Amino acid sequence: MLSMELENKVSFKRCIREGDLVIVYERHDNMKAVKVCENGVLQNRFGVFKHSDWIGKPFGSKVFSNKGGFIYLLAPTAELWTLVLSHRTQILYVADISFVIMYLEIIPGCLVLESGTGSGSLTTSLARAVAPTGHVYTFDFHDQRASSAREDFEKTGLSSLVTVGVRDIQGEGFPDEFIGQADSVFLDLPQPWLAIPSAGKMLKEDGVLCSFSPCIEQVQRSCETLKSCFTDIRTFEILLRSYEVRGERLESWENHAGGSLGSRKRRQRSTDGSNGVEASVSATIVARPSSEGRGHTGYLTFARLRCVI
Amino acid sequence: MSINKIQEITSKNNARLTWEGCSILLDINDGERMVFERLTAGATLKVGNKKCSLQPLINCPFGSLFQVENGTDGPFLSRIFSTSEGSNDLQEEKESPTVYGSKDNRELMDNNTAQSLTGEDIDELRRKGASGVEIIEALITNSATFEKKTSFSQEKYRLKKQKKYSPRVLLRRPTARSICEAYFKKRPEQIGFLRMDALALLLSMASVTSHSDVLVVDMVGGLLTGAVAERLGGNGYVCNTYRGITPYPIDIVRMFNFGTEICERIVNSSLTELCATSNVTSVSSSQLEEACGTRSQSNEEGPSSSVPSLDMGEIMISSEDGDTDISPASLAVKPCKATKVGQKAPLDAIKSWRENGFSSLIIAAPQIDAWSMVKELLPLLSFSAPFAVYHQYQQPLALCMHNLQVGKMAIGLQISEPWLREYQVLPSRTHPHMQMSTSGGYILSGTRIFGSK
Repeated sequence: MLSMELENKVSFKRCIREGDLVIVYERHDNMKAVKVCENGVLQNRFGVFKHSDWIGKPFGSKVFSNKGGFIYLLAPTAELWTLVLSHRTQILYVADISFVIMYLEIIPGCLVLESGTGSGSLTTSLARAVAPTGHVYTFDFHDQRASSAREDFEKTGLSSLVTVGVRDIQGEGFPDEFIGQADSVFLDLPQPWLAIPSAGKMLKEDGVLCSFSPCIEQVQRSCETLKSCFTDIRTFEILLRSYEVRGERLESWENHAGGSLGSRKRRQRSTDGSNGVEASVSATIVARPSSEGRGHTGYLTFARLRCVI
Repeated sequence: MSINKIQEITSKNNARLTWEGCSILLDINDGERMVFERLTAGATLKVGNKKCSLQPLINCPFGSLFQVENGTDGPFLSRIFSTSEGSNDLQEEKESPTVYGSKDNRELMDNNTAQSLTGEDIDELRRKGASGVEIIEALITNSATFEKKTSFSQEKYRLKKQKKYSPRVLLRRPTARSICEAYFKKRPEQIGFLRMDALALLLSMASVTSHSDVLVVDMVGGLLTGAVAERLGGNGYVCNTYRGITPYPIDIVRMFNFGTEICERIVNSSLTELCATSNVTSVSSSQLEEACGTRSQSNEEGPSSSVPSLDMGEIMISSEDGDTDISPASLAVKPCKATKVGQKAPLDAIKSWRENGFSSLIIAAPQIDAWSMVKELLPLLSFSAPFAVYHQYQQPLALCMHNLQVGKMAIGLQISEPWLREYQVLPSRTHPHMQMSTSGGYILSGTRIFGSK
């Protein structure tokens, strides 16, 4: 991943090298992560791309296939990684992730506990936030999932910042070695209330906990449990609405002759760039919300460990 | 920099206890008032009509709760260790056979006769030295309707009276989140209506992390700069750029408890300086110096230029002006030790940005046309670098996105609008808050591509 440690920093200016992880961008909704190797090829609907053509080019370059199709090669960031990682579980996306990191006040040097690890989408951003001196200890009770996550962190260059443990946090709680050590704790568990007492022990004074739950019943029960040693208990839901932008030729009613609806080609994709056929009506840049989007991800419940000392 | 050194810095930035001279955020009565203060032995806070010394707050953990008590030397802030939080009432309710309770409001009359204690009675109680808690109990005993209320509204009643007769002061740690939330609640126009979730998105979408070199245009009083610096933790740079000769004020930065190492990473450089060097392959340092024109002049001015006291007026509201204050009053008078905030960018850093480009760009300039900034600033970024532009209006971002698409300057372009809803979670009474912020602004994000100018 980018610029975590100074020596290994994938400077944007540094050119693509053998062994680099690059994000292959076809479209905003079609990307994948590829490890560059001298003899490698990437095949997609645009043709065959030879990795050897990529080596030596700067990140952000456009590269062509044998058929003249093109893709862009981007340097990986946590946000891009979230879009390309393999889903072993339901994952968190940028809106929830960014809010969690800000609300948990995670900054360089923090010690953060997380369970479960899942597909490591949030973990990647947690690691980026605690770098270079902090650490994320993440736990999942699923052995295989934990090892896949470990492999991913190796791939993204985060393994020095993340330790993946196999442990049933609901059943056993977090390991005792972290008592009073954690700046923040994040829970994404089916029964978070079982892990909350342990999370409370792990946190430093005034440390913040976050529990992510898709269902309101889970939230209800977690909040009941939180009351005993937490304060400032707040539950949020965050969503993103995204907009489509295009040049639209909206005719004046006066000039509109009537007749069949939508028969004329008035719509102009903003990227076409072929302006000015219908000289009387110039394109206006308009935006409208994308028709479909995420309607729900989960509720985020935050709470602060009550100060008693 | 050694690991120990870094930990030392972050530990100050991440301190759990207050110290004399640190910046604090006081939350009075659960958000009724938010006050930024510099914590000194001589500092005072007015709660209701009582003036209390802040001395008892020194060396307390952030997160501590205080209430005003009457001592022999007048009112003072006393720390509350265990809060009842009124959870007992709710506990009882949980145990009752039906969680919905058997009471309702059929017998409540809104005729102002429920309370038999008069204002004079209360004053009399006060003269006799009754504590706030005692007054509240008296009010409850003398309320004809209290017993008929549902336990939930009893709780609400208690809370309302507590705010009036026994105000509480919560000692909060000033962080990007708490500062942003306080401003958004009390003075949103001063931070361009930038809501905390939008700020969080900007930091993520621009991939801000330790060792990043982040180019920012901060016209939201320094909130953005501070939030970025918090994430850098003393490595990399946050470079504020501006047109003309005066950097935009970033006074909010001083409300964070940044150590010197972090403050040194908060720098500024005019657009002319950055542009003069961005397209030229070799520039001697004297030429660079020349391009930097304002350098010598502003350095001579010393601390006063880095702490523009005049600009302070814009975000400063004196604490005397009553109920809705968010008052960094004492911050204005006493610049923090870290007067180095907002120095000129060092020449070697400018040189490195010239060669490598910035690793990301964040713009929060609610009054400026987005495209007019992006077209100038995007070329200063590395290829493949992410950027995020905040605006309170959607239209300028739509135009900007269109131009970037047409000019093939960036990919992954997206305009997002965050939507944040808070919930009341109570047994059988869970629902979204009745009031919510309906706009957190808009963000245009994307990635610069190679070959784009």
